[in-house]
Amino acid sequence: MNDMDEIVQEFLVESHENLDQLDRDLVALERDPQSRERLSSIFRTIHTIKGTSGFLAFSELEKVTHAGESLLSRLRDGKLHLTAEVTTGLLTMVDAVRRLLADIERTGAEAEHDHTGLIADLVALQERAAMAPAEQRTPAPRLGDLLIQTGRATEDDVHFAIREQEIGDRRHIGEILVEQGVLEPGEVAEMLGQQGDQFPQRSIYESTLRVDVALLDELMNLVGELVLTRNQIAANIVDSGDAVLLRASQRLNAIATDLQSGVMRARMQQINIVWQKIPRVVRDICVAVGKTVAVEMEGQDTELDKTIIEAINAPLTHIVRNAVDHGIEAADVRLAAGKQVEGKVKLSARHESGSVTIEISDDGGGIDIDRVKATALKNGLVNPVDLAAMTEDDIKALVFLPGFSTAESITNVSGRGVGMDVVRNNIEKIGGSIELRSASGLGTTVVIKIPLTLAIMPALSVSAGGHRYAIPQANLLELIRLEPEEAATDIQTIHDAPVFRLRDELLPLVYLHERLGIASARRDSDPFFIAVLQADDREFGLVVDVIEDTQEIVVKPLQKQISGIDVFAGATIFGDGSVSLILDVIAMSAQARRRTAVGPAPAQLAASRDKMLITNIGAHRRLAVPLSGVTRLEQLPATALETVGDREMLQYRGAIIPMARVSDVVHDSDPVAIDVEAPLQVVVYRRGERTVGLVVNEILDIVEEAAVVSADSAAAGIATTLVLGDRITELLDVHAAIIAADPEFFADETAGAAR
Amino acid sequence: MTVTQFSTFVLAGQLYGIEVGRVHSVTKFQPLTEVPLAPPSVAGLLNLRGQVTTAIDLRVRLDLPPRGADSTPMNVVVKTDDGLVSLLVDSVGDVENTTPDQYDEVPETVTGAARELVVGAYTMADNRLLLALDVARTVDVGTRSAAPVDALTDSATK
Repeated sequence: MNDMDEIVQEFLVESHENLDQLDRDLVALERDPQSRERLSSIFRTIHTIKGTSGFLAFSELEKVTHAGESLLSRLRDGKLHLTAEVTTGLLTMVDAVRRLLADIERTGAEAEHDHTGLIADLVALQERAAMAPAEQRTPAPRLGDLLIQTGRATEDDVHFAIREQEIGDRRHIGEILVEQGVLEPGEVAEMLGQQGDQFPQRSIYESTLRVDVALLDELMNLVGELVLTRNQIAANIVDSGDAVLLRASQRLNAIATDLQSGVMRARMQQINIVWQKIPRVVRDICVAVGKTVAVEMEGQDTELDKTIIEAINAPLTHIVRNAVDHGIEAADVRLAAGKQVEGKVKLSARHESGSVTIEISDDGGGIDIDRVKATALKNGLVNPVDLAAMTEDDIKALVFLPGFSTAESITNVSGRGVGMDVVRNNIEKIGGSIELRSASGLGTTVVIKIPLTLAIMPALSVSAGGHRYAIPQANLLELIRLEPEEAATDIQTIHDAPVFRLRDELLPLVYLHERLGIASARRDSDPFFIAVLQADDREFGLVVDVIEDTQEIVVKPLQKQISGIDVFAGATIFGDGSVSLILDVIAMSAQARRRTAVGPAPAQLAASRDKMLITNIGAHRRLAVPLSGVTRLEQLPATALETVGDREMLQYRGAIIPMARVSDVVHDSDPVAIDVEAPLQVVVYRRGERTVGLVVNEILDIVEEAAVVSADSAAAGIATTLVLGDRITELLDVHAAIIAADPEFFADETAGAAR
Repeated sequence: MTVTQFSTFVLAGQLYGIEVGRVHSVTKFQPLTEVPLAPPSVAGLLNLRGQVTTAIDLRVRLDLPPRGADSTPMNVVVKTDDGLVSLLVDSVGDVENTTPDQYDEVPETVTGAARELVVGAYTMADNRLLLALDVARTVDVGTRSAAPVDALTDSATK
């Protein structure tokens, strides 16, 4: 093999690789004609083959690739747009090149192929490319010429106007002539119109159109009506049994759905509309507070309905302000923590199963749990015992409570009373949810989920007192049907507030008819229906007379005569034409919260009422554990339990502590089977160095009530018997229980007393 | 002389009127959706060609005795700043032309809530009295309901 052969061989291998890449590139380019990168890659490949084939004297190959290269250079220079025709031409060229290369590989020389047709085609495509821009460059007829042609102005008039312009008059010819009284303003407009007609443009700018938002709103309303009318027709037509009508109705159904989605698309805007001002906002805050923060964005082109874009504007800005002002630490703190001085705020948006998720994250210090606790206590938002029982997530959620603000100093940036509670309200008003994620020292992420559109939403219709109401499905978690006998045991009253035991959780209940002040239409033998709803991060059950069905509804605002009633969020017209009120789930949840609130404001806590944890012993006994003196309530994994000798101990905060099971202390005669996998509910007591844990069964509730003492008890481990919320409840003898866990727990106390 | 036209209707035998320009339409009664917790004069909501419209019972609004169970009211739909609002009346009369010389101050016999809502009285050719209502005040049921005002006058006179 001589040198020449070697070079040819290399050329062949390289070219085959390149040709495969070329096929992929061309197809990809057709999908994304704007990609300069791909275009350049294709150009380079062909250029290389052409150059080498010239050097190796493969003249046919050179001619074909030259034609291809010329066409590609037109594309690259933007003189030609990639059409299907051009792509086909290029792919044909690639095929020809491949064939020629195969021949060279087989025989060492180019075979006899006639490529004149292909080359002519490629040149033709190229010439068409040269024609097209020339066509576009045809200038529009000048207004002056048009005026003279149509006899609306004389040549002298036009020349006068042009001279005026030459000596510095900046107005248009039309304006000058109108002033001269030669033309009426209407005539100018008409001529300008004609000028446009004779010069049709197909630029991207001309393919879009500004539309009045009011018109879109009206269209949206009409589409809403159409959808409702369609529902009405659909509901009645099935009964008619008319096949022709039924087909027409199905067609109407499809068209209405398409129209609805079309109009909704027309109302979509990119989230960038809100975001584009964020960098400026951040910069201004940075200047005000002396920080440097970079803004990153991802998914700016995510689209949302215009009304939603408007609704999230203020909350988003507020969150970003918070992130820069409170989230990102001062420069010295960042340096000390080994971070770059420049902080980072990142916004991202993406579509996720019919809704949009927006995340605003910072790389600041994260939420300071201890500071949140301190502030919540100081502002009286929570009492110490509840706080002790809270998980970190619960504590973080406290920042959403009204009246919470951790800003140690009020800056002019944020922290002026408008807090995260307002942000959350605004987000929930549009059917969204908000969540905080925070890692100490690493930063905070606010996650917002919002629906794509507000105008049409699925809703559940329920009835109470013979009237139908709509509940937004976004708030609905599940539906429960309870037979009267089940309800008798599963619905209980905990200090005046009804609750339902749902999978070991106590679900506060709101009776819809009571809330609306109307009579229930439920008969004693009828089942109870509970719609489990979520709002404000809280679940509650809404007890209704009947659960009807789900429908798509168009939300209509309430007029001022009734807009002040907080339980209604709006009204809608159902498929049968009847008007129905939409329930405001957030307002209802606030009520459930008030009625089952564990503790009143801390100011009242000082009163003699004792807080008690309610647990169960066996299947039927209720036990109250007084919480005064409790250090913490903990939920520990089952693996924390250790057996040391014949005693059970607990791994707790890196130590092994003695424990006792309360059910043993009180001699449970009817023990329930213990799930060895289930987490342990532990009441922790600490005195000085000593810590003990009392393991209770599930925690049913924490109440605060002036208990009615009914009888002294002689039972083991029981101090007394109380009536708590209409239920007989035994009060644990805490002292005895602790001693059962650790006989030495009070030892120093007795020793001290003896001294 | 300027002529003012009133759309007229009857409530408990008395003729009332609203300026023609403020009236959108008059429609037959249709079933209403009750609004729990609403002010007493809100009779409910109705579907007025795809619009959710509040209906105000003028008998309640004007402190008149309730309508008999056997009689069906009519809707006088009026234009307000807040969209269309329907007023429930006993029956609808003709459009009447009035001139300023027929105008009188609100008579002393008009008491209670009606005193606030009636802006004038016109004596018709057949000697009937037409009480002209102020639409804006009539539909404003939220801020001042009739009941407390009455309670006040009652206790003051006693």
